[in-house]
Amino acid sequence: MINKNLDEYKGIAIYAQQVDGKLSPISLELLGKARELANDLDEKTVTAVLIGYEVAGLADELAAYGADRVVIADDPELKDYRTEPYTQALAGYINEFKPEIMLVGATAIGRDLGPRTSARVQTGLTADCTVLEIGDFPLVAIPGKEDEQKHKQLLMTRPAFGGNTIATIACPDNRPQMATVRPGVMQKITPIEGAKAEVINWKAPLEINNCYVEIEKVVKEVSTVADISAAKVLVSGGRGVGSKENFKLLEDLAEVLGGTVSCSRAVVDNGWLDKELQVGQTGKTVRPHVYFAIGISGAIQHVAGMEESDIIIAINKDETAPIFDVADYGIVGDLNKILPLLTDKIKAALAAKN
Amino acid sequence: MKIVVCIKQVPDTAGGVKFKADGTLDRGAMLAIMNPDDKAGLEAALRIKDTDPENIKVTAVTMGLPKADAVLREAMAMGADDGVLITDRVLGGADTWATSSTIAGALKNMEYDLIFTGRQAIDGDTAQVGPQIAEHLGLPCISYAKAVEVEGDTVRVKRQFDDGYMIVTAKMPCLVTALTELNEARYMTPGGIFDAFDKEVRVMGRADLDVSDDNIGLKGSPTKIAKASDKVAKGKGTVVTPETADDAAAYIADVLAEKHVI
Repeated sequence: MINKNLDEYKGIAIYAQQVDGKLSPISLELLGKARELANDLDEKTVTAVLIGYEVAGLADELAAYGADRVVIADDPELKDYRTEPYTQALAGYINEFKPEIMLVGATAIGRDLGPRTSARVQTGLTADCTVLEIGDFPLVAIPGKEDEQKHKQLLMTRPAFGGNTIATIACPDNRPQMATVRPGVMQKITPIEGAKAEVINWKAPLEINNCYVEIEKVVKEVSTVADISAAKVLVSGGRGVGSKENFKLLEDLAEVLGGTVSCSRAVVDNGWLDKELQVGQTGKTVRPHVYFAIGISGAIQHVAGMEESDIIIAINKDETAPIFDVADYGIVGDLNKILPLLTDKIKAALAAKN
Repeated sequence: MKIVVCIKQVPDTAGGVKFKADGTLDRGAMLAIMNPDDKAGLEAALRIKDTDPENIKVTAVTMGLPKADAVLREAMAMGADDGVLITDRVLGGADTWATSSTIAGALKNMEYDLIFTGRQAIDGDTAQVGPQIAEHLGLPCISYAKAVEVEGDTVRVKRQFDDGYMIVTAKMPCLVTALTELNEARYMTPGGIFDAFDKEVRVMGRADLDVSDDNIGLKGSPTKIAKASDKVAKGKGTVVTPETADDAAAYIADVLAEKHVI
């Protein structure tokens, strides 16, 4: 690894992922987290690095969600995502601007761009983080070596092994400290109307080489179903729901609560609901305010995708179902009987309020 | 044409994850398997080999403890021509930077036109090693492959994104990371299993790798573990068994009201 002067690296940067000129939700989530982390750092500037073609119009949205500065790399070569030109741009940004922390979304783009960029700028990268904090490394100073403990380090926590183990990682001797962050976990801030950021139109050091690939075709698979990662209330069903038709009971409940129906993997495998609605390791990670787990046994792969929900309510007829180990409120009973009554009671309660 | 497939031996989570009495992971109680995404990469390589078995060679490469030899034998029983086991005490404790530097250090001393890796391993879930190997070797990398075809000196890949896919082509040499959905992997054949033990596994130690000491093992890993634990289940909540469905519904409605959801 090349030697770096770590003191030159200052401030937090996020990769502002955009696709077709629209910011991905993760970009705003990263800004929210970056703002919070900046409070614990000496240099508090939050920079959004915007890479694409004809994307300058997104700067105000980034400012509203917490960016102090937006560095724009705008070039026709950057129109659609390709690993090499985007890596040249992001690595070029890091080498020139030297951020102390660089956050990237753990999306299908970020999980390609992040590793390639970290290898190019020769630093560590922690993947798929769910918690980021500023703290000491080592967490507790080694007796007699108090001087060696480093302060104000980025502590990156991530699940591994399908969510069965959890590790907190630091990158104490190298910069920037890089992490990819799981979508749907960090909170964006309430947008600040009319906020303005310092905008830097920056010429990325692009150079066509053997790593440039050709794009023959771009195909968008437009989803016709709801985005479950954005829902405040999720009514999620599993194998225990019994049939595709029976999901009507869950839809009714979701409707009165202004929520969305989601499901476990078994439901997708049975062809009852679309894969886009699947929660869990091979589906989406969700963090709604309320998560109903209905007829879901609670396999670890499912739990890994929903356990960060604020309130988890489980209904299952099997009192030994593992879902009861993660539920805040567990109800042993027959979902077919309980759900219609529950929907009616909520309707009545809402009607009484208005 | 020479194809190299990077594979990893991982503990199988399909039969449930096993824990010891003290709550730590019991790796010994779980079967060691070929990582699923890597197996898809191997299958993709073998399908290319099927088009011209005499002239296309597939080499399986793994890095790990000596017992990882087993995963190479499995690859050869499926049809790989030979295997390379990268193993050395000094390589232990490597993070993704050091792992990718080490594997790239082995590949620099091998011939290849096309390299497959899996997108990610089910024990680490990082998806970093494939793209980082490509970076160390200066190769184009196409991640998240759902379909792959070779045409002359060009690889054409269906590259999956969150909102669709792209058809992308790259000139070889090139690295492709495979999704499990890429294909349905073939089974080992009895003859293949028999032959696998006659095929050659080349063992590469530290001296066989073109990589500097600064970039291998624990010492060459920029990321450091501050704390690691097996998952602590969150505090168990309240579980009730109401007498009637109406009681159950009332209980839930009360919770929602108390939490200001309704």
